[in-house]
Amino acid sequence: MDTKYKMYLLVCGGTGCRSSQSNVLEERLRKHLKENKLENEVQVITTGCFGFCEKGPIVKVQPDNTFYTQVTPEDAEEIIKEHVIKGRQVQRLLYKDPDKKEIVHDSKHMGFYRKQLRIALRNCGFINPENINEYIARDGYAAVAKCITEMTPQQVIEEMKKSGLRGRGGAGFPTGMKWEITSKSPGDQKYVVCNADEGDPGAFMDRSILEGDPHSVVEAMAICGYCIGADKGLIYIRAEYPLAIKRLKIAIQQAQEIGLLGKGILGTKFNFDIEIRYGAGAFVCGEETALIRSMEGGRGESTLKPPFPSVSGYLGKPTNVNNVETFANVPVIINKGADWFNKIGTEKSKGTKVFALAGKINNVGLIEVPMGTTLREVIFEIGGGIKDGKKFKAVQTGGPSGGCLTEKHLDLPIDFDNLVKAGSMMGSGGMVVMDEDDCMVSIAKFYLDFTVEESCGKCAPCRVGNKRLYEILDRITHGNGKMEDIDLLRNLSKVIKDTALCGLGQTSPNPVLSTLEGFYDEYVAHIKEHRCPSGRCKDLMKYEINPENCVGCTACARNCPVNAITGERKAPHTINQELCIKCGACIEKCKFNAIFIR
Amino acid sequence: MNKIKSLDDLRKIKADVEGKMKLREHSENAENLVQIKVAMATCGIASGAKTVMDFLVSDLDKRNIPAVVTQTGCMGYCYAEPTIEVTKPGEEPIVFGYVDTKKAEEIITKYILTGELVDGIIPVNYEKIEDKKN
Ligand SMILES: Cc1cc2nc3c(=O)[nH]c(=O)nc-3n(C[C@H](O)[C@H](O)[C@H](O)COP(=O)(O)O)c2cc1C
Repeated sequence: MDTKYKMYLLVCGGTGCRSSQSNVLEERLRKHLKENKLENEVQVITTGCFGFCEKGPIVKVQPDNTFYTQVTPEDAEEIIKEHVIKGRQVQRLLYKDPDKKEIVHDSKHMGFYRKQLRIALRNCGFINPENINEYIARDGYAAVAKCITEMTPQQVIEEMKKSGLRGRGGAGFPTGMKWEITSKSPGDQKYVVCNADEGDPGAFMDRSILEGDPHSVVEAMAICGYCIGADKGLIYIRAEYPLAIKRLKIAIQQAQEIGLLGKGILGTKFNFDIEIRYGAGAFVCGEETALIRSMEGGRGESTLKPPFPSVSGYLGKPTNVNNVETFANVPVIINKGADWFNKIGTEKSKGTKVFALAGKINNVGLIEVPMGTTLREVIFEIGGGIKDGKKFKAVQTGGPSGGCLTEKHLDLPIDFDNLVKAGSMMGSGGMVVMDEDDCMVSIAKFYLDFTVEESCGKCAPCRVGNKRLYEILDRITHGNGKMEDIDLLRNLSKVIKDTALCGLGQTSPNPVLSTLEGFYDEYVAHIKEHRCPSGRCKDLMKYEINPENCVGCTACARNCPVNAITGERKAPHTINQELCIKCGACIEKCKFNAIFIR
Repeated sequence: MNKIKSLDDLRKIKADVEGKMKLREHSENAENLVQIKVAMATCGIASGAKTVMDFLVSDLDKRNIPAVVTQTGCMGYCYAEPTIEVTKPGEEPIVFGYVDTKKAEEIITKYILTGELVDGIIPVNYEKIEDKKN
């Protein structure tokens, strides 16, 4: 048991890397270590997400910090034979800097990590999330211990207030203040709820924290329980997150076994325990009142606020709802102090924010940066710029509640207030990057389609209004829009925002409004010229054959799935527009540049 | 698992596991620590580099010197194996040749702890091996 390992192979066990067989890879690494009698010298450890999902599966070798990317099970043998036994890095698995074309030997020198600061993700990619001892070794549970043995609940609340931490679930409500309100709400029973619903398309921050460092959330919930006077915690998580659920369950069980959850924690009078509740993956159930209804066994529908959950929440009792990432920050704040934390970030937004980078960006993945980092730094330095050398067009933040920011916002320091001022919002931290090929009207339509699907239907503005918004956008993308539609979109958006019952409807028109603001010309091109400037809207596209270039090779006709192309051999062909489904197969096959899109 | 009943219990577990995780912790900020590379190609292993590496790891640990010991491929000084390269924070790397456990002990005691140089330094030049032999 007491082996001293000389080398560690950290294998990413996040959902992304798992789906490209990182678990098979791990088995093979173990097998080859054993074959070479190295199992007592080299330890293979499953960790949480390293963030560099674009190039997963990731294997990090310590102590030399070698960072291998896109490692397959077949590479296991070579890593053991070359790196572990002979000390030679496997060159072909090292990360190559796409700009400088140079091989990067360790993670420290990768542009992706250079500007990051990991607080919420401090243990992700470092510890084994299924081993409570590794969490404890990194100051785990020291914060809750300090709170319950040395501080009064009010002192902890003061510390949280001083830290300036604001909720990471979307609205950015000051966490300390929320705890104080819940602590002062009268009630014989109170609850701590962790919101792990994470319904934004493209977001996986909370999932990664739960997969990579579940104990940080468990510990923070106990701290919150101590502050507000609750002995029960509930984690609401979507059932589509099986790995996160598994690791949470292990974490809760280990904490119970060791006595860090349960009755009389650390010999004090403080009791706290946690249960998991499953959601069916509905976006609206991330909204705290709908979440509470869902946990009670009711339909996931929002209710009017006030009363806020802090006053009357789960089963009508005072309930403190916080987001996963919010919780993950708490133990560090207690350990290192509010003064340490509030030096990081901007004036009104302290600390860091985790973002899930997605879309047309080179380094798709999970990052954590200090508040105040600019969009340009995130997209071009950490994210490695736009895929395939294309031009940046917009970045969508805040998910379906947010908006699209453009070129002119690139140097904006990211924080809660700046994003709102720019017409978007922080949301939970999804960032979808778009390039010149993306049609902004279609993007707005995509988000509205999502909202229409996900609206709970309780209030008319959201249920009916969003559907109408969608229909207007739909006709514009089909070339049937009128200029009056633009006013209609604006007016209807305003009414929905003003009258919807919950945050879902109050923010759902944002993608429409922000694209109208930043890309008005694109709307006009669709409406007046029946033209989609990005060539995305199929109904506005026409594939045609230039008879001067066409040699009649018949390649296009043979590959057309709907037989829309006809013509004699060796004579120019034509496309029947009635039949054409605009799939683009003909363009791909034509060797003579004879087919073009109008 | 034993129950943690007090703050002291928690601290005990922490101290215990921390020791086991020290290496991983250190490699996160290796540039601020003493770094030692042991040449472990065929020639190095044949002449006992593995024993030296094991010794370095356990001796540094025993003396509580935060250091990162890694292995590398052939450094090109096959005639002088086992060879190790020692880099103290902010200093140029120094390569020592013919290192056995006795020499390794001397390197730790003298060079690493006090900065005093010991015999067996190979002038660092990354040119061809032939040049060095002359
Ligand atoms: C439509 C909608 C969806 C939401 N989804 C989430 C979610 O997935 N996760 C989350 O933490 N908060 C979500 N929220 C915000 C929650 O209502 C609540 O403000 C948050 O959980 C509070 O935690 P915080 O103060 O730590 O941010 C959503 C809000 C709305 C209106």
